[in-house]
Amino acid sequence: MKRVSLVFTLALAAGLSTQAATAQTLKTVKDRGMVSCGVSQGLPGFSAPDDKGNWTGLDVDVCRAVAAAIFNDPTKVKFVPLSAKDRFTALQSGEIDVLSRNTTWTLSRETLLGGNFAGVTYYDGQGFMVKKALKMNSALELNNASVCVQTGTTTELNLADYFKSNNMKYEPISFGTNDEAVKAYEAGRCDVFTNDVSGLYADRLKLANPGDHQVLPEVISKEPLGPMVRRGDDQWFDLVKWTLFGMINAEELGITQKNVDEMAKSDKPELRRVFGTDGNFGESLGVTKDWMSRIIKAVGNYGEAFDRNVGAGSKIGIARGLNQLWSKGGIQYAPPIR
Amino acid sequence: MSIEPRLPPSRFVARLRYALGGRAGWGGLVVQILFVAALAWIAYEIVENARSNLQAQRIATGFGFLTNTAGFDVNLSLIPFSGSDTYGRVFVVGLLNTLLVSVIGIFFATVIGFVVALGRLSPNWLLSRLSGGYVELVRNLPLLFQMLFWYLAVLAALPVPRQSISLFSSFFLSNRGLVVPTPVANSGLEPFAYVVLVAVVAALGLRHYARRQLFDHGRLIKIWPIVLGLLIGLPLLTVLLFGAPIGFEVPVLKGFNFVGGSRLIPEFVALTLALSLYTGAFIAEIVRAGIQSVHRGQMEAGSSLGLSRGSALRLIVVPQAMRVILPPLTSQYLNLTKNSSLAVAIGYPDLVSVFAGTTLNQTGQAIEVLAITMGVYLLISLTTSAIMNFYGWRLGRSLGST
Repeated sequence: MKRVSLVFTLALAAGLSTQAATAQTLKTVKDRGMVSCGVSQGLPGFSAPDDKGNWTGLDVDVCRAVAAAIFNDPTKVKFVPLSAKDRFTALQSGEIDVLSRNTTWTLSRETLLGGNFAGVTYYDGQGFMVKKALKMNSALELNNASVCVQTGTTTELNLADYFKSNNMKYEPISFGTNDEAVKAYEAGRCDVFTNDVSGLYADRLKLANPGDHQVLPEVISKEPLGPMVRRGDDQWFDLVKWTLFGMINAEELGITQKNVDEMAKSDKPELRRVFGTDGNFGESLGVTKDWMSRIIKAVGNYGEAFDRNVGAGSKIGIARGLNQLWSKGGIQYAPPIR
Repeated sequence: MSIEPRLPPSRFVARLRYALGGRAGWGGLVVQILFVAALAWIAYEIVENARSNLQAQRIATGFGFLTNTAGFDVNLSLIPFSGSDTYGRVFVVGLLNTLLVSVIGIFFATVIGFVVALGRLSPNWLLSRLSGGYVELVRNLPLLFQMLFWYLAVLAALPVPRQSISLFSSFFLSNRGLVVPTPVANSGLEPFAYVVLVAVVAALGLRHYARRQLFDHGRLIKIWPIVLGLLIGLPLLTVLLFGAPIGFEVPVLKGFNFVGGSRLIPEFVALTLALSLYTGAFIAEIVRAGIQSVHRGQMEAGSSLGLSRGSALRLIVVPQAMRVILPPLTSQYLNLTKNSSLAVAIGYPDLVSVFAGTTLNQTGQAIEVLAITMGVYLLISLTTSAIMNFYGWRLGRSLGST
């Protein structure tokens, strides 16, 4: 991992990231014929390779949607698995075009790390997982516990804050990758594993006996996860942002992977705008007029992507909760396409 | 009228010309200056380009981040550390942890290396085959794999804290590590420390005297019973007079973990174990090569003087072998220090893990953090080299080479 960041850093230092300076990500992507997408090293539901080696997950679908909007082909994505600590350097150096890797949107990441968050794909929060045999009901009983955590994450910082503000002591054991942290938790090195709650449910599936472990009820932080792009390229930022907004708007309008062709023929004004039969929104984003139908055909609307990857239709089975549309009791809300 | 002796023409300018320009003279000097200027220009361009690119992307630059609050905790620290300390302090914590594991690793690797090398050269069939097998097995498996093995395999075999293996109800071994009582100073500590100091000085003086007697007059004096008496008897006497110098704070299991006592964390044990076993195998081969480079006749000469095998090795062969051993041994020490950066895989908070890892990620200042880290590794390595070169120089002098 050290070597990877060194390579990225040298690339930065040598100023190879000319595309960043000239703000031409979309052109570079079109010339290359591929979107380069930074993903996790395997977090089921968000970004993980399936048994055939295809990347799947909610974060993966965002990249596929961007590729569909540009190339009309969701497979034109190069996935670059990154550890939490290498991810920002990879984005800064121009190695990847989008960082779609369950990354929390924070102030310092935008002001200091040279990135912009294009929206929120998943409203998450940090939680704790313990063995059921410990018979615990609350995270406030965790005094003196050993906690396994992945290094270079907001998780690590929230953990320190939470234990400090509750006057509890703990022993943090920080690992370079998520898998190493989970393995050490399973080996009994730690009493607790901490991660974003969605990640806890996904990681629990990797354990030998998922049923022996429980996620404690406390959610100790706000973790809005979303795709991040390099600062200074507004065209690319807009495209990624509106791809995600498009998926959310599609769910609101009832456009699904199945009925997309039918809906495209509709003469409702809002649908005509979405499908480009009226107005020219696609081209103003740098792609074609039918960008929305390309996206929906490729990955479906936001709700479909959610269900397929992390929701009711997946092994993880997380309830929509906060991620339900604003009109149905959640907080997912996208500005209108007009 | 006096006659002035003719002085030879001054060679100063010619010498200067040769020193600066080599055989090509002043022309060579110009070429060299141009070359250095080109290098400096490239370096300047790289720095300037990186700076303007970073500025264009609004990525923070500079070393100001070192005084910002870190906000995360570290599980092993030789100095007091909490999340409200600065990144600068994180750096010191990581550096000390790296040095700790390197120094202890180097010590054990050297011991293992010498023991295995002597075992491999031993006339005992079983011993030499076992040593050979160890070397071949350990040096041919990847180090990271060995670390994970010691960490995960050994962890899995150990019980949870509540079912710790306990010794005298004060030492506890579990998958949280080895918990031992912490020594606490009592009033008897001061006289005890003085007595130990006196005993050590006296023992060293005695050794010096015995060597002089041996080398100057050929008298062999047996000093070890006196040394033993000095080092153990005297302090024991003080303990009887002044009471125990230290008490112990015994660890107690409270909730999840032990409270009180000191703890050797499994990450540290696994890392030290893997590093010293791995490097020890390489050192064993270096030592074996060194010993075999000394002519057989030396050993035979020792035997004919009536020295035992051990004494002949210690007094005659090893000092000569050290000249061959030392340079590659230095490389192994440097390798061990650098390999300690694999620690992040098993959660040991070394410099790369907490500084080039967590700090880099939280601040996003990759160039600064990696530059500092590389500088530090370079400094550690150069210091180690310097110490070993000094030792080699002394060794060479004592063996009479110039």
